[in-house]
Amino acid sequence: MLTAPLSRPSGLSCRQGRKGEVHLQPGLLGSQAQEIQTRWRPSPCFGAGKRSPTKMIHSLFLINCSGDIFLEKHWKSVVSQSVCDYFFEAQEKAADVENVPPVISTPHHYLISIHRDRLFFVSVIQTEVPPLFVIEFLHRVADTFQDYFGECSEAAIKDNVVIVYELLEEMLDNGFPLATESNILKELIKPPTILRSVVNSITGSSNVGDTLPTGQLSNIPWRRAGVKYTNNEAYFDVVEEIDAIIDKSGSTVFAEIQGVIDACIKLSGMPDLSLSFMNPRLLDDVSFHPCIRFKRWESERVLSFIPPDGNFRLISYRVSSQNLVAIPVYVKHSISFKENSSCGRFDITIGPKQNMGKTIEGITVTVHMPKVVLNMNLTPTQGSYTFDPVTKVLTWDVGKITPQKLPSLKGLVNLQSGAPKPEENPSLNIQFKIQQLAISGLKVNRLDMYGEKYKPFKGVKYVTKAGKFQVRT
Amino acid sequence: MTDSKYFTTTKKGEIFELKAELNSDKKEKKKEAVKKVIASMTVGKDVSALFPDVVNCMQTDNLELKKLVYLYLMNYAKSQPDMAIMAVNTFVKDCEDPNPLIRALAVRTMGCIRVDKITEYLCEPLRKCLKDEDPYVRKTAAVCVAKLHDINAQLVEDQGFLDTLKDLISDSNPMVVANAVAALSEIAESHPSSNLLDLNPQSINKLLTALNECTEWGQIFILDCLANYTPKDDREAQSICERVTPRLSHANSAVVLSAVKVLMKFMEMLSKDLDYYGTLLKKLAPPLVTLLSAEPELQYVALRNINLIVQKRPEILKHEMKVFFVKYNDPIYVKLEKLDIMIRLASQANIAQVLAELKEYATEVDVDFVRKAVRAIGRCAIKVEQSAERCVSTLLDLIQTKVNYVVQEAIVVIKDIFRKYPNKYESVIATLCENLDSLDEPEARAAMIWIVGEYAERIDNADELLESFLEGFHDESTQVQLQLLTAIVKLFLKKPTETQELVQQVLSLATQDSDNPDLRDRGYIYWRLLSTDPVAAKEVVLAEKPLISEETDLIEPTLLDELICYIGTLASVYHKPPSAFVEGGRGVVHKSLPPRTASSESTESPETAPAGAPSSEQPDVIPTQGDLLGDLLNLDLGPPVSGPPLATSSVQMGAVDLLGGGLDSLMGDEPEGIGGPNFVAPPAAAVPANLGASMGSGLSDLFDLTSGVGTLSGSYVAPKAVWLPAMKAKGLEISGTFTRQVGSISMDLQLTNKALQVMTDFAIQFNRNSFGLAPAAPLQVHAPLSPNQTVEISLPLNTVGSVMKMEPLNNLQVAVKNNIDVFYFSTLYPLHILFVEDGKMDRQMFLATWKDIPNENEAQFQIRDCPLNAEAVSSRLQSSNIFTVAKRNVEGQDMLYQSLKLTNGIWVLAELRIQPSNPSFTLSLKCRAPEVSQHVYQAYETILKN
Repeated sequence: MLTAPLSRPSGLSCRQGRKGEVHLQPGLLGSQAQEIQTRWRPSPCFGAGKRSPTKMIHSLFLINCSGDIFLEKHWKSVVSQSVCDYFFEAQEKAADVENVPPVISTPHHYLISIHRDRLFFVSVIQTEVPPLFVIEFLHRVADTFQDYFGECSEAAIKDNVVIVYELLEEMLDNGFPLATESNILKELIKPPTILRSVVNSITGSSNVGDTLPTGQLSNIPWRRAGVKYTNNEAYFDVVEEIDAIIDKSGSTVFAEIQGVIDACIKLSGMPDLSLSFMNPRLLDDVSFHPCIRFKRWESERVLSFIPPDGNFRLISYRVSSQNLVAIPVYVKHSISFKENSSCGRFDITIGPKQNMGKTIEGITVTVHMPKVVLNMNLTPTQGSYTFDPVTKVLTWDVGKITPQKLPSLKGLVNLQSGAPKPEENPSLNIQFKIQQLAISGLKVNRLDMYGEKYKPFKGVKYVTKAGKFQVRT
Repeated sequence: MTDSKYFTTTKKGEIFELKAELNSDKKEKKKEAVKKVIASMTVGKDVSALFPDVVNCMQTDNLELKKLVYLYLMNYAKSQPDMAIMAVNTFVKDCEDPNPLIRALAVRTMGCIRVDKITEYLCEPLRKCLKDEDPYVRKTAAVCVAKLHDINAQLVEDQGFLDTLKDLISDSNPMVVANAVAALSEIAESHPSSNLLDLNPQSINKLLTALNECTEWGQIFILDCLANYTPKDDREAQSICERVTPRLSHANSAVVLSAVKVLMKFMEMLSKDLDYYGTLLKKLAPPLVTLLSAEPELQYVALRNINLIVQKRPEILKHEMKVFFVKYNDPIYVKLEKLDIMIRLASQANIAQVLAELKEYATEVDVDFVRKAVRAIGRCAIKVEQSAERCVSTLLDLIQTKVNYVVQEAIVVIKDIFRKYPNKYESVIATLCENLDSLDEPEARAAMIWIVGEYAERIDNADELLESFLEGFHDESTQVQLQLLTAIVKLFLKKPTETQELVQQVLSLATQDSDNPDLRDRGYIYWRLLSTDPVAAKEVVLAEKPLISEETDLIEPTLLDELICYIGTLASVYHKPPSAFVEGGRGVVHKSLPPRTASSESTESPETAPAGAPSSEQPDVIPTQGDLLGDLLNLDLGPPVSGPPLATSSVQMGAVDLLGGGLDSLMGDEPEGIGGPNFVAPPAAAVPANLGASMGSGLSDLFDLTSGVGTLSGSYVAPKAVWLPAMKAKGLEISGTFTRQVGSISMDLQLTNKALQVMTDFAIQFNRNSFGLAPAAPLQVHAPLSPNQTVEISLPLNTVGSVMKMEPLNNLQVAVKNNIDVFYFSTLYPLHILFVEDGKMDRQMFLATWKDIPNENEAQFQIRDCPLNAEAVSSRLQSSNIFTVAKRNVEGQDMLYQSLKLTNGIWVLAELRIQPSNPSFTLSLKCRAPEVSQHVYQAYETILKN
């Protein structure tokens, strides 16, 4: 009796059944509407119904440089080794082992890998994870092997496979990192020593510690309790590496200093250290070890911390301001290839530049020569050189620079006959070392210790090295 | 004495020997045997046959042996579930061991045994361990909950472990907090809709405190969790940022990047005028640069993320160009990424440096890298206008090197430069033509042909050049063939006299001798055009082309915003949202950046907060995607077998029945179904309510002539609000409002294309709703919507659609389709668009009805701060179809008696009390369907206050 509309726009037909059921007729919007309707049905989610997999790392494969999988560890269900085929495929595609991309996707997994000491650590991931998290963790695993076995190699890992397995189990639980600090791990699983393995084999005792790692729960998880030394020592190495690109004409395209302070602390009890600098203003881009009290640094520019026991990296820093980065060496070079001839000339000379009066030593020059170079006939004024005709790498071991007579390397380059003259100009990679100098000028002022009564022996060493130091020709 | 000896035994009877050794009486021998078993396991050998023998070794005091057996168990329990049960007792016992290390080890191992039968036994020990006095055990147990949830989610919920886990967020030990957060995040990932991590300022504070003290991994979990929180205002955002900033100096790059994510996200809420905003920008640069000095794998991930950050906030790294300069021994994947970022950072200030570098790279060894470097020069030219000339001359220098692939790449990019700067650099064409013969890649050939065709009038021997290509026409790739066809037609149109033969030749090659349908079609079109209307052909073929811009290689802004929320994850490496590639994307929540909010503005409701802040005005009615989809799906699933919602509602309380009944009648072809026993409509209501006044019957005219006249001006129209933000709809933004004018309702929509692609094929549909609102015509968008274009559409509505009671009553769920996807949103419509023009009730009838409606149906409301007097109120309401039936003055107060009728025939009677001195009115509403009262009151508010 109420309000039945007198007329309806055509094309709208709403049917009503006896029980008042009302539903939309298709055709309301013509074909478009139908198209919507079909698209409204949710498309079946691929992989739906699968259980949610581990948050982080599902499995780990260790692969040597000849492509053998020599260790695998699964933190949940077993993933078949065949998943590594995708990795091998990528490896084949990349000309050089170093060029294998660190993140590879496969139909069901992601492979995140690192390349360390001629080994590949390949982890299998099933869900969205922060790749950096995984990469950092893998590096930590490699660091731990290095720390435990003295080297991170296939032989060392195979020699200690049970410890490796125990370590991996301790480091990751259900994909969550558990104990990655070397101090804690060493309390849980004792590192192998020759003496201990002999003793163990006689007494039948084990490598596994049976006490709770004390540091793990305190507010200073990086340090274990009850440390005792007869000689209390604290050493700091300030190591600076110069990364630079020098162009043809000898001017600096880019230069920065990557510095670290590595510490070796062997102090009893719970020492509280503070390290201050003569010129802390240099340090404006710094990464800290978790032990450093950030607030104290912010307000006073003093590094205040309770150190882990043993070797660790206290800070790393970067000095990028161009005028602060001194370039200690220069290179005079002339590399030329003649058109339509099978030889070329090669001549480089190295000299000191801003070396702050220190001796530059340990100089090595590495050059990747163009592919068409067959051989090189050179004469060094000092040191010795090698040329590998397969990889085309020229290495000149120079030694140290004596300003009176600058080292040089001259001679002829033999090219493949008939081949066109090489287009690219080889870059020179230079390595060097300067003792007792931090090139940025960073200087430690003093080290104070609180909390313990004894007098520690303290030492600071400085060294500057070339990092990625490249000269374009 | 090394373990490598375990690898050497490969004899056939190995398993048998091991079995014997495992069952040895000597402890030492047993342990050696277990070690051998583990060693075999690590290299993937199947030693599951030894299960019972290994499990027998479990009951031991030797911790190492225990650990080894546990390791074995975790690996093989799944394949030997019945055997694994044997181990349960030892686990339960170990969970009570006085040594916390053993307790933790036991609870950890139990969680890794993915056997359903065992999980039941696990619950009690786990409950104890969650409350263990030792934090080491608690933190291990927290992770165990996540493991258990993965095996049997229902069990975890039933046992109340989730609540215990939530309590652990307030634990005194930061490591426990971190693990609880990690476990909850993992569980939440499989339940996107649950608000397990229901973050509020208190819990945030706890997390921030724990952040300073927990391990680096814990920090990552906490930071990732913080990133999902939406602060209530800019002040809170700033204070969180301040506490997160120290993490930027952490040695662990994953911590740094997670902190960057939090900061990038919350920065969105800070006003750019704040000093703090500038400080934060400055603080972000150094840590990002530092990431580049790490190992190459880390660099790669960092660079992919920096690529996003640079697009979102170029100002952060604008002075850091040099750190992206490529070193020759960088891995290729790092080189390519660096190059990409260099172009993004290129600006007038640094272009000289960049070009010098790019030129250097173009002489490197690696071909892929060289090509990309050459392309990069072209992109710089397009991006930085002032540098175009320098870029072109750099490219010419490179062409002079005659290195084949360099020349080809250079020609491809020069074509792009021509498209960006027409009529500027044509002088170089001569140089390009010299290199014609060396081009062997399709893309380069096509580019060259395009150039020749485009500038045919300036190249004297254009016809010869093109002819030379024509010789091997059938051996060319499609790309080149198409380009050649077009180029020759262009040439013909420019120089018709000399090239007639050539054009005929190419047309016949394309149409008669080709198998490629695209080529044939294009050939025929040109042919037809040329033969019928050469002038039109000229207009078509030689039409002015739009300029290209550098935006083509930028990520779409909405996608970019989403990706910023995923900094540090795989999504950021692939530059795709997780929904696009994560397997089994279980309802992946789309994240969005929080909107900029001032402190005074209201907060979002907690449910919506974790998913980012919706920009809609009514966050509480936005259903989750899933719900809405379900509802809308009902629409096309065909008629339900027996009882659609309407049918069931008619047997409920009278009021609902009234609503339903009214609607039925509105829709019904068979009027006898209407008017149940409890529906007593006033006689006036018997008049059919017509929807369009223009189509009104004589009866309605008789009823009230004035009403139609009075509403000509139309009722109040709210300003347009954003209903569907671009972020949620792949770049389509919809805002709109509802209007009622002269009896017809319409939805005024404004569609804006914020994506980078053209949108077409729009369609709209409504879900069933309380008043049967439905589009009366299809959504007509006449032209395709190009990027950044906005179109206004008025969509007429009627009320004859399907009816379903919605919560709230005026909720409308809408689906909009375009060529990209279907999008869903919901909005609230103001009820006054449903007030019909014949809503004036007779005085007598009013009185009778008022008395007839029971008193419990009366609702009273206050309308505050309304400055109008009775007259003004009355006339204003009338324009929205609320009619004053009578007016009285009682003790100095004006009493207005009003009536209105809804489209489905429901009458609402109102008494409005206005005191001259008091700006607050009292509104009493009486209606047989009392649930509409609230909305009618809101309509009053809106009408009177606007």
